[in-house]
Amino acid sequence: MGSAEQISQLAVDGLMVGALYAVIALGYTLVYGVLQLINFAHSEVFMLGAFGGLFACRALVPGDGATPAGLAAAGLVLVGLVAGAAAGGAAAYTLERCAYRPLRRRGAPRLAYLISAIGASLFAFNLAGKEFGRQSVPVPDLFANRTVVTVLGAEISTQSLVIAATALLMLLAVDHLVADTRLGLSIRAVAQDAECAGLMGVDVQRVIVVTFVLGGLLAGAGGFLYAMTFNASYTMGFVPGIKAFTAAVLGGIGNVRGAVLGGLLLGLVESFGGYLFDASYKNVIAFTVLVGVLLVRPSGLLGTRLGRPA
Amino acid sequence: MSGRLRSLRTAGLLAALAAVMTGPTGDADHPLAGIRGSLAFPRVLFFAAAALVLWAALLGRDRLRAQARTLRGTALGRLAGPAGAGAGNGNGNGNGAGAATRPGATWLSGRRGAVLGHAALLAVALAVPPVLPTAAQQALVSEIGIYALLALGLNVVVGYAGLLDLGYIAFFAIGAYTTAYLTSADAMPWHAPWQLNPFFVLPIALLVAAVAGVVLGGPTLRLRGDYLAIVTLGFGEIVQLLANNADGVTGGPRGVFGLPPLSVELPGVRYSWGLDPLPYYYLLIALIVLVMVVFGRWERSRTGRAWTAIRQDEVAAEATGVATMRMKLLAFAVGASVSGFAGVVVATKQFFNPQSFGLQASLLVLTIVIFGGMGSRLGVVLGALVLQGTAFLLRDTVPPADRFIYFGAVVVLMMIFRPEGLLPPRAHRPRGSGPSRDRSVESVESVDSDGAAGTSRGVADQASPGVVS
Repeated sequence: MGSAEQISQLAVDGLMVGALYAVIALGYTLVYGVLQLINFAHSEVFMLGAFGGLFACRALVPGDGATPAGLAAAGLVLVGLVAGAAAGGAAAYTLERCAYRPLRRRGAPRLAYLISAIGASLFAFNLAGKEFGRQSVPVPDLFANRTVVTVLGAEISTQSLVIAATALLMLLAVDHLVADTRLGLSIRAVAQDAECAGLMGVDVQRVIVVTFVLGGLLAGAGGFLYAMTFNASYTMGFVPGIKAFTAAVLGGIGNVRGAVLGGLLLGLVESFGGYLFDASYKNVIAFTVLVGVLLVRPSGLLGTRLGRPA
Repeated sequence: MSGRLRSLRTAGLLAALAAVMTGPTGDADHPLAGIRGSLAFPRVLFFAAAALVLWAALLGRDRLRAQARTLRGTALGRLAGPAGAGAGNGNGNGNGAGAATRPGATWLSGRRGAVLGHAALLAVALAVPPVLPTAAQQALVSEIGIYALLALGLNVVVGYAGLLDLGYIAFFAIGAYTTAYLTSADAMPWHAPWQLNPFFVLPIALLVAAVAGVVLGGPTLRLRGDYLAIVTLGFGEIVQLLANNADGVTGGPRGVFGLPPLSVELPGVRYSWGLDPLPYYYLLIALIVLVMVVFGRWERSRTGRAWTAIRQDEVAAEATGVATMRMKLLAFAVGASVSGFAGVVVATKQFFNPQSFGLQASLLVLTIVIFGGMGSRLGVVLGALVLQGTAFLLRDTVPPADRFIYFGAVVVLMMIFRPEGLLPPRAHRPRGSGPSRDRSVESVESVDSDGAAGTSRGVADQASPGVVS
């Protein structure tokens, strides 16, 4: 085993990636809660959000190679996040409009949605590859990335702090939105029983759209955060998408806090598992843990849907 | 009026999308170059014209539909209702064709018609490939034939029993690696002490894959719906990652090659499958026909009906005495064993490596099943032919990297316009068409008009008390 520093460093790294998983997982969970369908194209929303943020930053970062500092840096990060979220939201809206709504109107069987989502995903990421090139593109340096603080021997960089703070804010905001607002109430109502919610005067169609867009905003901003560390490319969505989906299921799909818990846990498991065994086995470990958890708790750790006991 | 405007918008957007899909390519430094180039001056006129034509077509379709509705309304008024209304609902899109041909085709209906139709298709399948170019034959084997076989297997799991399996390709990998261990002395870092003819491996691989199916299914089939999906997905990923990372056991990412081809060595008959794709094609056809016939019998048996009952309502099935767990395990094992079959063929035919067994491959097989018509054997084979054939044809007509843009678009459009698939399973066997050998059949041949997992509403009478297994 490693030293205490190593352990805390692994924990910090794991939580960082886990926070990103959690942000994406919220999109899966919200959509699942409302429609009971796995949105397989969510990973492309994430990817498009990353590109949105990336291009906005590229357009604004001064070309002289100097790293922005202070307010300029904060502003740029904010612009990237907003642009990423906007791109993600737009992508999610388009997705709902083109790949889901026509099927819903025709009362298609449940699996048809899954296949439609897979088709849309193939379409979207290959089109992105065509338009944005097929190489991996780095986000320009928006701030000087240095070690800010050391906790129990773990070095925490500026970037980690930015990611953690943003992810935390978004998670809190969504939790508040779903738990305490009128919109959240209608989301929960639709999740519980769409037909009944409709009879009670909830505009179900609108709630579905809003839920998709909400998931898209989160995934888009998350995509930008992810791209700051791991670069953007047209295939970037696939792996984090699967991980986030896993996280959502781990926590109990349809459950907002479950998604957060699942994401953080999955990040930790991967980080420690990759260290204990071998980096190439970390995905094996992540999935093994998932299977193990589901065998003990068949509906995830927290196991409730939005508002409804599973 | 707003309806017309909406049609115009749809047509315009579709044309713009087509323009972008076929247009020039951009890159990260010029992310808008592709789109701008796609909508540049001479091109844009063409696509605008296409949009107008499409708009006209949409409007014409709407008008025809409206007329049909009025006609049907008056006709129904005369025929007095509830039955007619139900039919009208179902015939909205697509189902009409099947219903319309039935009364006319009396001598072709029922079993005889089905047998003749299948025989004709088989004759075409046998006669056409030799005249095709080699590239097409190759595609017929490794892209269409193999995937048709895989889809037939997954169809049992998804189409019959209604279990969503996203890691199906793992069993394919297990079949292929089993073949590698048992047939070759040097392709793998580790091998069996004796080498077998691949034909003898067929039953072994079938068995190994079936056991793997049971091992995976045993603990996981308690999970419902989407939880099962993610666990099978995880299983598929684990198998692929292990194949990729455990170099000492599987040969790792460089893959497996140089396995001996299939060969027959009987007294008097010596034949070896070589590099030519055609013999493999005929072997696959034989396997596909075998699997289709066997599953056809199975579908109509007590087991098949138990699967249908589970698919439609698991709780009701259990309550009426179906051993749901055992039946689900059986579906898993059967599906897996077909996949193992396909694994043997692919292993003896060509090079394979862990990348061949990713989630994308699982999703492709699932797409083929749904695209073709979940629950319909001929449908899923047709699905493999159409989808993979489209992919093959696109290879020569569009830039190779863009192939999947079109592929994805085809899949989405198909799901929008024909969500039940190309050839959905026949609602139910024609009543009284030949004696049925099954004892409990009378009580079970009730309405099953949807055949799709999750859409069934209260059709639990399918699982009659006769189906205790």
